[in-house]
Amino acid sequence: MKTIGYIIQKEFRQIFRNKAMLPIIFVMPVLQLLILSNAATFDIKNIRLLYVDHDRTSTSRALINSFDASDYFKVMDRASSHAKAYEAMENGSVDVILEIPNKFEKDLSLGNVTALGVYINAIDGAKAGVENVYVNQVVQSFSKQVQLKYLSSAGGTVMAAKVASVPAFWYNKELDYKTFMVPGILVLLVTMVTLFLSSMNIVREKETGTLEQINVTPIKKYQFIIGKLFPFWVLGLVLLTVGLLLAKLVFHVPLVGSVALLYLFTAVYLLLILGMGLLVSNYTDTQQQAMFIAWFFVVIFILLSGLFTPIESMPGWAQKITYLNPIRYFVEIIRMVMLKGSGFWDIARQLSIIAGYAFALNVITVWGYKKTR
Amino acid sequence: MKETEKVIVVNDLTKKFGSFTAVDQISFETRKGEIFGFLGANGAGKTTAMKMLIGISKPTSGEAIVNGFDVKTQPEKVKKTIGYMSQKFSMYDDLNIMENITFFGGIYGLSRKEIKERGEAVIEKLGLREVAKKQVGSLPLGWKQKLAFSVALLHEPKVVFLDEPTGGVDPITRRQFWEMIYAEADKGTTIFVTTHYMDEAEYCNRVSIMVEGKIEALDSPKNLKKQFDASSMDEVFQKLARNVE
Repeated sequence: MKTIGYIIQKEFRQIFRNKAMLPIIFVMPVLQLLILSNAATFDIKNIRLLYVDHDRTSTSRALINSFDASDYFKVMDRASSHAKAYEAMENGSVDVILEIPNKFEKDLSLGNVTALGVYINAIDGAKAGVENVYVNQVVQSFSKQVQLKYLSSAGGTVMAAKVASVPAFWYNKELDYKTFMVPGILVLLVTMVTLFLSSMNIVREKETGTLEQINVTPIKKYQFIIGKLFPFWVLGLVLLTVGLLLAKLVFHVPLVGSVALLYLFTAVYLLLILGMGLLVSNYTDTQQQAMFIAWFFVVIFILLSGLFTPIESMPGWAQKITYLNPIRYFVEIIRMVMLKGSGFWDIARQLSIIAGYAFALNVITVWGYKKTR
Repeated sequence: MKETEKVIVVNDLTKKFGSFTAVDQISFETRKGEIFGFLGANGAGKTTAMKMLIGISKPTSGEAIVNGFDVKTQPEKVKKTIGYMSQKFSMYDDLNIMENITFFGGIYGLSRKEIKERGEAVIEKLGLREVAKKQVGSLPLGWKQKLAFSVALLHEPKVVFLDEPTGGVDPITRRQFWEMIYAEADKGTTIFVTTHYMDEAEYCNRVSIMVEGKIEALDSPKNLKKQFDASSMDEVFQKLARNVE
């Protein structure tokens, strides 16, 4: 125990003495959290809408007005023809074209089915999907109004009642993307900082030659690894604390679940990440190599984490790979605990997976670290 | 030579890397309090041999007993009883003198009190009081080397291995360094030292000269000079090294 204490003391001294790294460890993640959480949003607003109105009646104008009234759309202008509208789409000045057919009002009043032409720029598929939903919402509510109007004028007996779904969004009532993204980005930052620092740690001692000096001492392998892990473990938890405070104070992300549970999970999760970092450190000779390998894993982990793209929409084989991805579990858990208030037994499965992982990786790390070659 | 006096006993020690034999069946013994010079040209296998003796490289065959422990089967026990100073300055540049001493003393299992006392003694002896709070990275090389030597002796090992300790150091500091070595040997510590300076070889009690993985000569400097009919160790070395080419 005493020996481990000396290593921890030395590691902390080095961390706090490193004037270049200290701000990177604490200031950068805070900045990233503030910037990324605001920037990485899927909220799509100000969709530029151009319309071609072949009908030119009060009904068609009412439809356009209801688009204009929506927060999501910015009605640009009226195009004189389909060709003109197409041209605007080509040069990228509009996102959506709405084409109202001739006899629109007349068909509606007769109760006929009418088709609106909607053209969406789908270069960004995800965005186009969202835009499609918004267009449908507006059209739907419009058609309901119109139905009511003709219903009342026709005496109210002709039409059967329509079934409408009323969505209730649980856990994130306002569908606020920040509520959704901030916990996820916090996970990324905690993971990245601790993984990079730990993966460069032992290899740095290899470069400076101090590792050889350590290997000549009677220090035990597990003492050395624990002594190396502990400071970064503490650092990761401090980072989580800073992030949670920011999430609460700046982004007003609700924290429904237990904070203690979140710390418990993070504590175990960090053992896994740090073990992974030290493993990289073990098998590389320079900090450069270690950095590249760490980056390689981080990029894959992020893309397959379900943070930016839902795991459910990945192909089957990719979904299977995500089961190997620690970030996936942490993103899942932090959202469950913070937004849904999940308790210990709700996350027990993920927690045990992460604990198993952490144990296996650290055993490999201690075993793979050879004092004698 | 009495059994108890043998500190290092090496028999047919060999290290191969693939088909290349870096150290080829070397055998020698060192006594308590002896200054043993370990000479050889670059690439002759000195460092590899030393790494086996300090327990960080596994011998391919042969045996080496250091302080009664086999380097093959008990490397961690060997490590407790030896000190080592590598070619490269290997203390933490970003820690100050006392912090380095605390760390290395700590992992050798010294008590807080011992660390403090011995640390203060080192700082006093080397006259480093004024720079005690400075990070060691900022110290001149000569001071660093003397400090590294003192830190290697902190846990009072029975043998200390010095790998080219005076490389790049000025003549006055080198002189002081050797005075430190003599003082330590007088206390009964065995000094195992590699060097490229032939004047330093003259200071050793006995000298071995390695050529292409083998020990080609081993005796006191006086006897070696006689044996090779040379006036200086430099000449001995030249004759041996040239024979190979």
